[in-house]
Amino acid sequence: MTARTLFEKLWSQHVILEEADGASLLWVDRHLVHEGSHHAFAKLAGRGLPVAEPDLTFAVVDHYAPTRTRDLSQVHGDVPRMIETLERNAATHGLRIFGLNDPRQGIVHVIGPEQGITLPGLTINCGDSHTSTHGAFGALAFGIGATEVAHVLATQTIWQTRPKTMRITVTGELGPAVSAKDVALNWISKLGADGASGYAIEYAGPVVRALSMEGRMTLCNLSIEGGGRLGMIAPDEATFAYVKGRPFAPKGDDWDSAMEYWATLPSDEGAVFDREVTIDGSEIAPTVTWGTSPEEALPITGTIPALQDLPADKAARARDALDYMGLQPGRPIAGTPVDQVFIGSCTNGRIEDLRLAAAVLKGRKAQVPGLVSPGSEIVKRQAEQEGLDRVFKEAGLEWVDAGCSMCVGMNGDLVAPGKRCASSTNRNFRGRQGRGARTHLMSPAMVAAAAVTGKLTDVRPLLEERS
Amino acid sequence: MAGWTEHTGQAVALPLESIDTDQLIPARFMSTPRSEGYGRFLLHDMRRDKDGTAIADMPLNRHPEASILVARRNFGSGSSREAAVYALVDFGFRAVIAPSFGDIFASNAVNNGLLPLKLDPQVVEEILVGLGGDCATATINLETCTLCIGDDRHGFDLPDKWRQKLMNGWDDIDLTRDRQQEILAFRAARRAEFGWAWPS
Ligand code: SF4
Repeated sequence: MTARTLFEKLWSQHVILEEADGASLLWVDRHLVHEGSHHAFAKLAGRGLPVAEPDLTFAVVDHYAPTRTRDLSQVHGDVPRMIETLERNAATHGLRIFGLNDPRQGIVHVIGPEQGITLPGLTINCGDSHTSTHGAFGALAFGIGATEVAHVLATQTIWQTRPKTMRITVTGELGPAVSAKDVALNWISKLGADGASGYAIEYAGPVVRALSMEGRMTLCNLSIEGGGRLGMIAPDEATFAYVKGRPFAPKGDDWDSAMEYWATLPSDEGAVFDREVTIDGSEIAPTVTWGTSPEEALPITGTIPALQDLPADKAARARDALDYMGLQPGRPIAGTPVDQVFIGSCTNGRIEDLRLAAAVLKGRKAQVPGLVSPGSEIVKRQAEQEGLDRVFKEAGLEWVDAGCSMCVGMNGDLVAPGKRCASSTNRNFRGRQGRGARTHLMSPAMVAAAAVTGKLTDVRPLLEERS
Repeated sequence: MAGWTEHTGQAVALPLESIDTDQLIPARFMSTPRSEGYGRFLLHDMRRDKDGTAIADMPLNRHPEASILVARRNFGSGSSREAAVYALVDFGFRAVIAPSFGDIFASNAVNNGLLPLKLDPQVVEEILVGLGGDCATATINLETCTLCIGDDRHGFDLPDKWRQKLMNGWDDIDLTRDRQQEILAFRAARRAEFGWAWPS
């Protein structure tokens, strides 16, 4: 038999039918919906259709979840209406829902894995581009739009054209305080924000193998920022150990047969990818973005590009981006003063992220205000058991409930116009954190370093003093 | 949704890279029901200043009649929000021409009758130069996969399924429901072999 990639194995296992032009109808094992899915539910209602597989559909309150209070009478604007709409749609169709006051509530891409809804070998869809996160388990997971969400609700299937495959191999070993976030920003800055467009990415190599599940989720989460609709990592012992015993994970005999199948998933020796990229992990430094696209990133020790060094088209774009960001070309990025910090999101709102940030913050004071929103209420409780909440609060940061929060600001957690925010999120787009907001993406440890110094700072010396 | 085979309209240049979906429609507008119309939200923060006044020299404000948008690479990257497509469609756009598109954006576009028309970067640059700050009449034909603009004629590639959907205004749900037997058979076989894949 010919050697096959992880992607090919997952894909072929889910194809219901394939048309002459290559369009394939895939079975969907898990469908996750959130408040933003209101357009799709409206489409379904417009046709009077039921949800085909309520047992495979999970609803989550996250994008609009208020983080400073859980009392909807205290919040205004769209928030109560959007949450109530989701709750009503879930009730109408008999869907399981992780509502605002559920102790398991959190960001969809955090609680899917946490609850064992996400498993190796599955297809997972959600009307959210960061669905690529779930690929960390060796699942075929990708974001879809509202029309496609309506389609999955109505049929539990999705039409897709098979993407090409790309393997990103990260060799060597990561240096101290260098994390999955830095690896991701590094490859995106090299390949471009559309560098993986049309590809399914598989991450491989010793650096990827050595990552925790949290780190793998961060890496796969950011696949979309490099243009890849999906990113994945072959399941291994770390994956199985994470999944075992989770509430919705298989039990007993089911677990044994699942394990038997999961062991067959990794790409075969000699499997051929359409594109191979190799990155030397040992050379990656803590990385920050300077512009308004995730590809506009550089090592914290680096210098903002000088416009004359760039090709004409890049220079025009860079001038605009720097103007928006209020930065000078040709200057070191370190030392740029920030106005505030944010730690959270589906990229870096997991327990390990909070631990890394707390390691930097412990015993230190933040020079600027900041918000820490854990990825889920379960992460929140675990952090409190470990005393991390005290570290954040004693440093002067605000410790709040779980949700998308300042990643997208739909719940009102916004960055004011012109303010500069060091953020553990995934998008530094214009206006992403609020109109006129200036976002610098970085790892949670780097955000913590920015908090305690009030400026973009290399976190490494701050940690070295501690060891 | 009605399909279309040929469209003639005004093409306008917005010569920027990476016009992401957060710019196409800022998140704060996304709770609006579609029936209220999304055209006014399109590129809101680029079209209006902080007091809400229209910025006079913004290309879309100068040419509100435009129905074909020409932009640089990585158009529609970012969030999967289909609202970005609703904003373009409700404003009156039928096609966006760019060297590359966000993957999810392109699928969303086709599902709403909007053509993501991909051309080589240098061809897009030529078109942008030709347009300058003005509009020009352009014709797009889906049957022949050609774009005519000024005196130039460009062929483009489009997956057959996308072409069919745009031309017929097809809705996937109807198409897929015709395949119900195959879906049910697949489901039964999967359940028998991969019972663990159903949540416990
Ligand atoms: S945390 Fe941010 S990126 Fe993640 S799902 Fe929420 S809004 Fe999207």
